[in-house]
Amino acid sequence: MIEVRSISKFYGNMRAVEGLSFTINDGEIVGLLGLNGAGKSTILKVLGCFLVPSHGDARVGGSSVLDAPDEVRRMIGYLPDTPPLYNEMRTRSYLNFVARLKNVASEQVPSFVEEAMKKTNLHEVADVRLGELSHGFRQRVGIAQALVHKPRVLILDEPINGLDPIQIVEMRDMILSLKGQHTVILSSHILSEITKTCDRILVLDRGRLVAEGTESQLRGQVKQGLEVRVELETYDAAVAQALRSLGGVVDIREERSVGIYLDIHCASDIRVDIAKTVVQAGGRLIALGKKEAELETLFLKLIKTDGAKP
Amino acid sequence: MNKIWLIAQRELVSYFTTWMGYIIIFAALLIDGLLFNTFAIGDEAKFSSDVLKDFFFFSSGIGMVAAIFLAMRLLAEEKQTGTIVLFYTSPISERQLVYGKFLSSLLMFIILQVLSIYLPSLIFLEGKVSFGHVLAGYLGVTLLGAGVLSVSLFASVVSPNQLIAGISAAAMTVFFLLLWLLSYRVDEPFREIFAYMAIHNERFRPFSTGVLHTKDVIYYLSMMFFFLECSIKSLETRRLQG
Repeated sequence: MIEVRSISKFYGNMRAVEGLSFTINDGEIVGLLGLNGAGKSTILKVLGCFLVPSHGDARVGGSSVLDAPDEVRRMIGYLPDTPPLYNEMRTRSYLNFVARLKNVASEQVPSFVEEAMKKTNLHEVADVRLGELSHGFRQRVGIAQALVHKPRVLILDEPINGLDPIQIVEMRDMILSLKGQHTVILSSHILSEITKTCDRILVLDRGRLVAEGTESQLRGQVKQGLEVRVELETYDAAVAQALRSLGGVVDIREERSVGIYLDIHCASDIRVDIAKTVVQAGGRLIALGKKEAELETLFLKLIKTDGAKP
Repeated sequence: MNKIWLIAQRELVSYFTTWMGYIIIFAALLIDGLLFNTFAIGDEAKFSSDVLKDFFFFSSGIGMVAAIFLAMRLLAEEKQTGTIVLFYTSPISERQLVYGKFLSSLLMFIILQVLSIYLPSLIFLEGKVSFGHVLAGYLGVTLLGAGVLSVSLFASVVSPNQLIAGISAAAMTVFFLLLWLLSYRVDEPFREIFAYMAIHNERFRPFSTGVLHTKDVIYYLSMMFFFLECSIKSLETRRLQG
């Protein structure tokens, strides 16, 4: 669905992106991960056809962003890092305007707008001025404007930027609900968030693609195992022995503060086995999950890897 | 054409959903009325045609200022708020965007002119002027306004915000206004070139006296198209440069 071929973009002498190539399949949700200035927004702008690359080309649905930008524009929905909203307009009339701008036939506009509002839960603010909406709702309207014309590809630049934890969960669910209907490419600098939403991750560093794959593939690339945090109600010698003898467990650290926590360093993702072992050994399991901090370590390792693709 | 009208329609509505449109119209009509009463009518006896000529002279000045205020925000505001992305990622051309924006400001300018009709109408109460004179005068003010609107729209494209757009538009307009003065200070062929390029003075005066010259209409139209095309090219270039 998306094919990026050796794209470079220079702002004067400054390199934003260099020799970037990747492909995204139909229906995939792919995340662009990188620090600020890594080139994520630049590549999304190129795919959105409002930035012309210095070198290379990109194809969306077989159409080139250079040779047939209008064809590409018909196929994409774009949400920039700041939603492009007119504060004086009301939600519904704004979406009507965008739908007509995106070539939706006049008789279909009301039904397309209804559908977009339904997908993004905007009915309660349908007649509210955009300037009066909270940040979370503004972001939702931003997504609604991107998908109002039912594009095949959705390009979302930092969609969770500035959202509070509840809004992040809502946004994540909303993006996941689009899976299968649209091919989605989104950017973020938060690995923990991107792993929850995306099928595949492309890691950018200083304008170059340094790694790509699923979370476990990325771990393989930097030879980093998984660190799992387990919260227990009771922890005795039997549980400790059972966990130590479990295949794949490299190291166990115990932490007793407000509760009993175990940080288990594993060679691979054996979270299911850990849960089973704890319960079978008579331990009382409260929670189990990937340790957030170690995802950030993985991210740092990825962008420090020298194996950047040309 | 549909897209041009769509953009123009949204822009026109936004003039009235914010205070911008009302303030510009109110201020322009107020000053127009004051100048009409104080100077165009005045205390001395005058021919009706002279009153009308003076009215169009003042209207042209107020119209130029109003045109700058109407157009300075058109694209500078879109860039400031980030809404320009909406157009860049939609299947519309830079030409449709520029012409849509221009059309909205021109319609606002025409609304302003229509609302000022009560002033020359007062002349009919106690005097006699021809409808042709009124029409020619309004055509002149509208063409002059369209010229300044296109200059201001161009300033709005090349400026990062409304304030700078307004200042640049005013500077360019004053430059075109003062060219006739400059023409007296230079030798040929610049004298003729500057005199031809001057936006007001000899160019507008025939309209205010009810005389319509094709060359003057062509001048204003060509000025309008020149700056609209400059705006389009500038937008295209900015897309290339990022």
